[in-house]
Amino acid sequence: MSKVIQIFSSRRTWAWPYILFMLLFVVLPLILVGVYAFTDIDGHFTLHNFAKFFSHSEAIQTFLYSVMIAVFNTAICLLIGYPAAYIMAQEDFKTPKVMAMLFILPMWINFLLRTVATVELFNMLGLPLGEGALLFGLCYDYLPFMIYPIYNTLQKMDNSLVEAAQDLGASRWQSFWKVIVPLSMPGVYSGVVMVFMPTVSTFAIAELLTHNNIKLFGSLIQDYITTTDLLNYGAVLSLVLLIIIALTSFFGDNNNDGEKGGMI
Amino acid sequence: MGKNPFIIEVNHVFKQFEDGKFALNDVSLQVKKGEFVTILGPSGCGKTTLLRCIAGFQVASSGDILLKGEDVTKTPPYKRPVNTVFQKYALFPHLNVFNNVAFGLKLKKEAPETIKKKVRKALKMANMTGYEERKVDTLSGGQQQRVAIARAIVNEPEVLLLDEPLSALDLKMRHDMQIELKELHEKLGITFIYVTHDQEEALTLSDRVVVMNEGKIQQIGTPTDIYNEPQNCFVADFIGESNILSGTMIKDKKVEFCGQVFDCIDTGFGENNPVDVVIRPEDIYVWRKEDEKRGKIIGQEEDDYEDRVPKGKFTKWYGEVQSCIFKGVHYEMRVLTADNYEFLIQDYHEYLPGTEVGMLVRPEDIQIMKKEHYIYNYFEGEVLKNGKVRFIGAEWEVQPKQIEGLEPGEKVQVKVPFRSIDLQDYEEEGKLSGEVHFILYKGNHYHLTIRTDEGYDLYVNTNDVWDDGDRVGVVIPPSAISIQKSEISHE
Repeated sequence: MSKVIQIFSSRRTWAWPYILFMLLFVVLPLILVGVYAFTDIDGHFTLHNFAKFFSHSEAIQTFLYSVMIAVFNTAICLLIGYPAAYIMAQEDFKTPKVMAMLFILPMWINFLLRTVATVELFNMLGLPLGEGALLFGLCYDYLPFMIYPIYNTLQKMDNSLVEAAQDLGASRWQSFWKVIVPLSMPGVYSGVVMVFMPTVSTFAIAELLTHNNIKLFGSLIQDYITTTDLLNYGAVLSLVLLIIIALTSFFGDNNNDGEKGGMI
Repeated sequence: MGKNPFIIEVNHVFKQFEDGKFALNDVSLQVKKGEFVTILGPSGCGKTTLLRCIAGFQVASSGDILLKGEDVTKTPPYKRPVNTVFQKYALFPHLNVFNNVAFGLKLKKEAPETIKKKVRKALKMANMTGYEERKVDTLSGGQQQRVAIARAIVNEPEVLLLDEPLSALDLKMRHDMQIELKELHEKLGITFIYVTHDQEEALTLSDRVVVMNEGKIQQIGTPTDIYNEPQNCFVADFIGESNILSGTMIKDKKVEFCGQVFDCIDTGFGENNPVDVVIRPEDIYVWRKEDEKRGKIIGQEEDDYEDRVPKGKFTKWYGEVQSCIFKGVHYEMRVLTADNYEFLIQDYHEYLPGTEVGMLVRPEDIQIMKKEHYIYNYFEGEVLKNGKVRFIGAEWEVQPKQIEGLEPGEKVQVKVPFRSIDLQDYEEEGKLSGEVHFILYKGNHYHLTIRTDEGYDLYVNTNDVWDDGDRVGVVIPPSAISIQKSEISHE
């Protein structure tokens, strides 16, 4: 009896369902992607799929284009998001909670619905769908992911640091660039990673907002994966994307110091 | 302007916060070049606000602040020739020690060589040589404080503002830093404005002490002045230990308290006027009563009444020792007199509880203060239709004869003796609730200031023991309320 109690009171026991879940839905799919990438349709080992990718100019172009769109989107989100977060974090700003809420509110609704609504909005206003609409939609969807981590770091920042800078002769502008910006970098990194990663792999937004005229890398993968005889090639594209994302998040983590920033 | 001896002038500065409370209430202060001035007061007294107004982080609501004769009331902090050492150091966590100290110099675009030289010198002054490359979060509290000081003095300010710089350090470290700060002040020769709530720190460090409470300056003076001649009960009570008693100034140089008449050296309080008397615990001579009769007794030299107690025609009084605690250098005793006055006495001799002792105090050690308020609270009130009277935000029952001949709606003056206000443990039991705001022990009773939730101050004399910040219910019995038409006071 006491052994049973011991088993149930051990923390390790309670971790098992989660471990199982992660093995099934995170690790196994990753292994599968790897396996498919290195095999041909009959299940034999091959590097042919990789060779195909590096000689497949359309795929590479789409890939580069996706990265460019993601970079643009991240830059726009940062340009809009940083000032917004900065204003909200000011001490004399009276309703930061309400503002933060308003920025977060769209996230309550599924992003597909929001994107469909954006399409309708563009149609109503008579604006053409395409690259512009795509960037607008991406920015609209991912802005909260940029604002929130920056707002968090700024809000936790000790105001006496800014006062100290001013006391030492820094104008408002100088204290902003020399103290506030460097100290908010952990939040900026989190924001950048959280916007950049999902934008690179996005596909539904691109399809909806460009009437399928612009293909992003995500759409490409989707196309290949859903075509049975090209599944293995799709797996290679996924793997490439995965590696790129892993690299960016690694870059972000390095500068994060592991403590500040973050969504929560 | 060149002849102006004052480096800082604060003229009638008010600072009102958004909630309507005054953090600074008509504060005026002049500081000479090179002075070490300490602003001392309990938390929330406005001392930090005053410092922040001088530094430029806060703008006074009215009044003006001059630095070197120049009006800087609205000048932003980065244009003022002052530097601040912050309470929590406020070092930049993303910069190492060198770059923290060099921050101000780099903004001034000084040459790298000059910066290096100056930073090295400042770090040396602060005893932090060799720490240049360290990250600030790897330093101890004391080391961070030194870096903060170096960062401020490297800019060669004319005034150094220090906002409770030692409050986060442990006692030993605090004492060491006090000595270092004092030395630094002498070496630099610049003006120091130092904010603290620690009276010992204030007395040790400063040339002059500014005692503040509730946004007002209570007293400005040298540490000795402040200690020996407190100007009011607040200062007497806040600085050091003291016996504060209600007394009557019979005439110049004669004061009555504790049922006896004493010689003193104060004049100008009029005749038969109520006053407060302050006697420091170490100024009371104390001896065993039985030694008086026996005179000098062999074997008791240590405790010799004849040799120790000053001779002359001093008024003596007697009591019984209630408690005696060893405090390291001296003993601290509480002595109760026959008519229930309690005295706090510090002496090198130990008298055990139960000992009958005699006491005396030299005339020059009796400090007389004008009483700030006498025995009545005065309020403005209004007679109501239901026969009650409204004052301090509540309706009170009064004896019918008090409002005879007064019409409802009439404005009246209400008088309530300090003694007659009852305080209840439970807020609900009183008509009003409030908080114990200030406590003064007057030898045989406590004099409390109760601040009601509506913001009125009531003075209460009581024998019950309360603590600062206790929540109380206020009860005023109808018999204690006297009402007067207030026409006279309105003229």
